[in-house]
Amino acid sequence: MSGALLTLAEVTRHFDVSPPWLNRVLERKGRVILKAVDGVNMALRRGETLGLVGESGCGKSTVARLIVGLYQPTRGTIVYDGVTLAGDGAAATDGALARRARRGMQMIFQDPYASLNPRWRVADIVAEPIRAQLPNTAQVELERRVVAMLEQVGLAAADGVKYPHQFSGGQRQRISIARALSTNPSFLVCDEPTSALDVSVQAQVLNLMRDLQRQLGLTYLFISHNLAVVHHIADRVGVMYLGRIVELAPTRQLFANAQHPYTRMLLDAVPDLEMTGASRTAVGGEVPNPLDPPPGCTFHPRCPHANERCRREIPALLPIGGELEGEVACHAVAEGRLPPRAVALRVARAGTA
Amino acid sequence: MLESGLDAAPAASVAPLLSVAGLRVEFPTRRGTLVAVHDVSFTIAPGEVLGVVGESGAGKSLTGAAIIGLIDAPGRIAAGEIWLAGRRIDNLPYTAMRAVRGREIGAVFQDPLTSLNSLYTVGRQLIETIRTHLGTTQTAARERAIALLDEVGIPAAARRIDHYPHQFSGGMRQRVVIALALAARPKLIVADEPTTALDVSIQAQIIELLKSLCRDHGTAVMLVTHDMGVIAETADRVAVMYAGRIVEIGPVGAVIHQPKHPYTVGLMGSIPSIVDERERLMQIDGSMPRLTAVPSGCAFHPRCPHAFDRCVRERPELLPAGATHAACWLVA
Repeated sequence: MSGALLTLAEVTRHFDVSPPWLNRVLERKGRVILKAVDGVNMALRRGETLGLVGESGCGKSTVARLIVGLYQPTRGTIVYDGVTLAGDGAAATDGALARRARRGMQMIFQDPYASLNPRWRVADIVAEPIRAQLPNTAQVELERRVVAMLEQVGLAAADGVKYPHQFSGGQRQRISIARALSTNPSFLVCDEPTSALDVSVQAQVLNLMRDLQRQLGLTYLFISHNLAVVHHIADRVGVMYLGRIVELAPTRQLFANAQHPYTRMLLDAVPDLEMTGASRTAVGGEVPNPLDPPPGCTFHPRCPHANERCRREIPALLPIGGELEGEVACHAVAEGRLPPRAVALRVARAGTA
Repeated sequence: MLESGLDAAPAASVAPLLSVAGLRVEFPTRRGTLVAVHDVSFTIAPGEVLGVVGESGAGKSLTGAAIIGLIDAPGRIAAGEIWLAGRRIDNLPYTAMRAVRGREIGAVFQDPLTSLNSLYTVGRQLIETIRTHLGTTQTAARERAIALLDEVGIPAAARRIDHYPHQFSGGMRQRVVIALALAARPKLIVADEPTTALDVSIQAQIIELLKSLCRDHGTAVMLVTHDMGVIAETADRVAVMYAGRIVEIGPVGAVIHQPKHPYTVGLMGSIPSIVDERERLMQIDGSMPRLTAVPSGCAFHPRCPHAFDRCVRERPELLPAGATHAACWLVA
């Protein structure tokens, strides 16, 4: 894994959602553990955008929070820029070193209405990470930096004295980006950064993020439930289902030649402009209750290719092999009993459009 | 007032089920009257799906609410007429409108949990609706409720009918809401963002369900959403709204592939797709104006790349433009 900026190894996060002790005793019930993230392995290369997709409750936001340190993993190791931040060996990491490493990562949140303090002026919001992480910065330098940041995200220097409520949703998300970039991070964790925005504003923010990545050499972990957005922005895509990564592959390959049945199902379900009037087979079933996931491969109750082994044994994330890059966690793929995906229709339509 | 020529060819040959003409929705405020929906006219033919798209604040949900007669005071319909199957419904008294709502127009809203009463079983809510509108016996209403749940694809309907809304998942709840909307076999369903709160795989199931119900029963649907992908798959015709007005209306294929209004062009270009490879998305700078400060002339002119002086002075009307109708001086 040389060249990896961030490595997650077997990262697991469980939440104890048991009823109170007295209820458990009286009702003779055991503890209830929610496995929000269950053994995630992935590595981010410097300068790339890794997209993480999945439906609600699949654990993608928990992964983001584990990486930036808002949660501590139950098990597993997180290594950023050669420094072990959590898991085995984290105790041995020098505190100052860990803090310096953490300074390299910042987070952008989904809701630009909830993530900016309404009582602070924009300049103070953007300056806050610098004040927290580099308290010795001179006031003049701080102000210069804030102005530079605002201009970089397409706002005016004069906007610094305004309050968040004076801005629209898209402008607020620009303020969030300016705040995240103010300490010169090299890695941004973006948790659904455009989901609360209208499409024309979403396009502005996505274009801005791409421009900034090019100018500043940023690495993004881009989390979204919107496959089209991820297709547009990501270099590689990881698909999560019930706390596990089921497929991780380069974007173009994933969208053209998806391996995992869940990925194929998701891709077939995306409504697309090219699908005018076309009918398709909707996939049945829903995400099972994560408190009581099915045994074996958690996707088997919805999977058309499931067999006895899938119901028993949890598949590991293995290289796809052949000419394909990436990894997939599926017994059917590993055994070679999965038919190739019918993509002809969609590609043909795109060609004639 | 209805012969404004907005009907596409298939709709023009049949008498429209719903016609909206010159609809204006106002909100009086201390600082003057805000006009949220401005001179909106369109028709829906029996069995047709009309998609209404636009960004937040475009007035699309209010247009839907006006048709169902659910504009909250102090908002009011200030002008225009709404006709359903030859009968004017915008000026009906409250009780008469209650009989139309549910019986002739069904409604599906975004959040299935807030559309259902969490204290009653879904069966009780369905039976109440059926008995109110169809006046059947309790037993017959229950049978019909089970048949409806079965029709919208809820497994083991006979057992599930006695469950409470919290015992259903999001997608199943939305199916219950659709069953409620269908309870009295309405001719028109107004669906306001019916799939927005749902995950993509569930969204596909609900779209498929709405489409098949339309096909099987000839129910017309007014589908209000901001998601062009959903519109592309479901609608026959599309109306694009901007700042309270329809800026373009036409058959779905034409609006998506050969849009004429610069706003529609920008909107389509800004949508990322899973099939194409673009370096940058097309971008419309700025954002939708607030109702307190709608620009003069064409409301889109400050964001429009092709605006010229006439756009600032004069407001364009909806006129034929290729296969669609667009309100733009470029095509006039």
